[in-house]
Amino acid sequence: MYLADGRTPPPRAAAPAGRHGRRGAAIPATVLALGTVSLVTDVSSEMVTAVLPLYLVSGLGLSPLGFGLLDGVYNGVGALVRLAGGRVADRGGHKAVAAAGYGLSALCKPLLLLAHTLPLIGAVLAADRTGKGLRTAPRDALISLASEPAARGRAFGAHRAMDTAGALLGPVAAFLLLRAAAGGYDAVFTVSGCVAALGVLVLLLFVPARPSPGGASAGAGAPAPAPRTPVRALLRRPAVRRLTVCAVLLGLTTVSDSFLYLTLQRRLDLSESWFPLLPLGTSGVFLALALPLGALADRTGRRRLFLCGHAALLGAYALLLAPCGTSPALAGAVLALHGCFYAATDGVLAAATADAVPEEARGSGLAVVQTGQAAARFACSLAFGAAWTAWGDRTALGAAAAGLAVSTLAGAVLLRPGRAR
Amino acid sequence: MRAGRARRVLILLAAVLVLGGVALGAVLHAAGRAADEGRERAGAPRVRPGAVVLGAAGRGVFRNMAWGPHRDEIVSVDARDPAGPRTASGVRCLRFHAAGGTAVCLRSVRRGLRDTYRAVVLDARLRERGRYELAGVPSRVRVAPGGRVAAWTVFVNGDAYAGGSFSTRTSVLDVRSGALDRNIETYRFVLDGRPRRPADLNVWGVTFADDDRFYATAATGGRTYLVAGDRATRTLRSVHANVECPSLSPDGTRVAYKKRVAGPSSDAPWRLYVLDLRSGRETATAERRSVDDQAVWRDPRTLVYSLPGDYGSDLWTVPADGSGAPRVLTEAALAPVFGP
Repeated sequence: MYLADGRTPPPRAAAPAGRHGRRGAAIPATVLALGTVSLVTDVSSEMVTAVLPLYLVSGLGLSPLGFGLLDGVYNGVGALVRLAGGRVADRGGHKAVAAAGYGLSALCKPLLLLAHTLPLIGAVLAADRTGKGLRTAPRDALISLASEPAARGRAFGAHRAMDTAGALLGPVAAFLLLRAAAGGYDAVFTVSGCVAALGVLVLLLFVPARPSPGGASAGAGAPAPAPRTPVRALLRRPAVRRLTVCAVLLGLTTVSDSFLYLTLQRRLDLSESWFPLLPLGTSGVFLALALPLGALADRTGRRRLFLCGHAALLGAYALLLAPCGTSPALAGAVLALHGCFYAATDGVLAAATADAVPEEARGSGLAVVQTGQAAARFACSLAFGAAWTAWGDRTALGAAAAGLAVSTLAGAVLLRPGRAR
Repeated sequence: MRAGRARRVLILLAAVLVLGGVALGAVLHAAGRAADEGRERAGAPRVRPGAVVLGAAGRGVFRNMAWGPHRDEIVSVDARDPAGPRTASGVRCLRFHAAGGTAVCLRSVRRGLRDTYRAVVLDARLRERGRYELAGVPSRVRVAPGGRVAAWTVFVNGDAYAGGSFSTRTSVLDVRSGALDRNIETYRFVLDGRPRRPADLNVWGVTFADDDRFYATAATGGRTYLVAGDRATRTLRSVHANVECPSLSPDGTRVAYKKRVAGPSSDAPWRLYVLDLRSGRETATAERRSVDDQAVWRDPRTLVYSLPGDYGSDLWTVPADGSGAPRVLTEAALAPVFGP
């Protein structure tokens, strides 16, 4: 009874945007605007995600089993879309491509009202995810361009915190709506569509096409045509190559969230009603720590913090494997480490990538590293499922932990400060 | 960035007003519709409150789906006239089954911001005797013939973005001791004679032969199997392929089930079949539409099952031997149980 988890970056969320860092510099307005877009968009998409199973089973009377069959195929297409998104954005403008991605996802919400069969719903969800894949790299490129290089970790942290806040608010909004109108799935989809449209509008109105750390647009004129920087040329840059290899190695040993929660549940024999709350623990910690750890990354080194985040994940695996009882505190500790892992790696990797990639290829560079990581994590999901089948969950997790330890050490060698560029 | 800041804020405000209006309209429309479902509709089956007793001779019980104050309540009807007047118990269930003076009702419970689900064990007068929290949306429930054991299946959804995956969880309850086997996927699984331990194993749709032995559907690798289960030895052993939602006949010799067939619609791919357990022979029933239900045996020759209808679900009946034609038993009903 496992769930192959196709999702790349885990529950995303948003956060306390107003707090100023130690060095006092405010988060750039463009980053706050992008954080707002992500917050609003995640409210919209998580509303739908939260009610979808209920809608399929109770609303449409469909049997949702076997629904995940296209997941593998879709993951491959998603990777290509993401790469294309980054590449096209570098040439045609990050804002335009991000807006297309957000717009596509927004259009999908009202389409859910019309799709009443599994294949059609699957197609709408695939389009929704295409939009997500398309917008991720250009959005991160915009964040990196809008923030001072020295404060990028904090900027990404603020964005991820706002993103995660949206993801936490979405399900709440959906269930409030279902309280007001029993069985009102159509109302949930309509409201979700309106919220998503608002997100697109905030992007169009408040995010400059070519942001710069100073504030508004850099050079109001036409965007300078970006020189072509093929992916191969990007990968010839040692810093990019090392980061990509590192992200892939670590991704190959990052067990998907679903498996982690499942292992935790089995380990502690957690009651059924607790199980759905486990992801909230991770998200809550991610939300609280994304900004402070992002700021810490700026001071102590992004690549170092990225590795420390994986050490936290290794700690979570170790706790799950160690014979240390079945106290609920163990669940708390595992989820706290898991949240730390996301807070120390998700935005921090984007910030570290931005350091290594020249401005004119920022979108492509971010897309390459993120796609490598996503593909590696998906491969890990498949391998972990097979290992679970062959050897059982403990041995599978033990193997993943050993792999993660080796990858983290390899990462430490590859990314050691001396080899900066 | 060409528009001034004030102008951009104004545009945003205008959009918030318009989008907010659309959203509000959608919510009010849905709320009005929900309120409508609480009112009786002309031409719908007549429902009056009263006492419902399980196992009463000549009575059948099911979940009433007709709009009105008794929607979703367990009702009883004259078994000879299932479409006749209904007596409503006041007990609301999404899924329901009963045998041997024990009923299990799977219902939703409003709790804080989200609905949770609960299995409630009821006695013959539908008084609560025990409750168990559920991990997901109720799908199937069955009580063993003696009323001492029950099993249910719920859908559990993963946290994969965009609804990538779902799985089922099936639990078995010893009604007398209250001991609950929360997930029978932990039973030993034997596929075609070989022990296996697949990570993608799903088990659903239990039907009991007695307190220990049961049949169910197991799925792995994109295929489904009829498995014979044993609570004493904690094993699931495959006995036939392409079987979902089995329902054992009263004499224990046949299983009515959903068979997945190649057809025009990947959404509605099931036909109602009957498998002879001794010979392995499959018989298609005269029902040609896709059936997504765990059928029940009204008597040793007759099946009852649900098909979508005006109120969500109608009950239909068809002979188990492949003869005859399907006909409506009663409208606006689900999850039937017929007395001896």
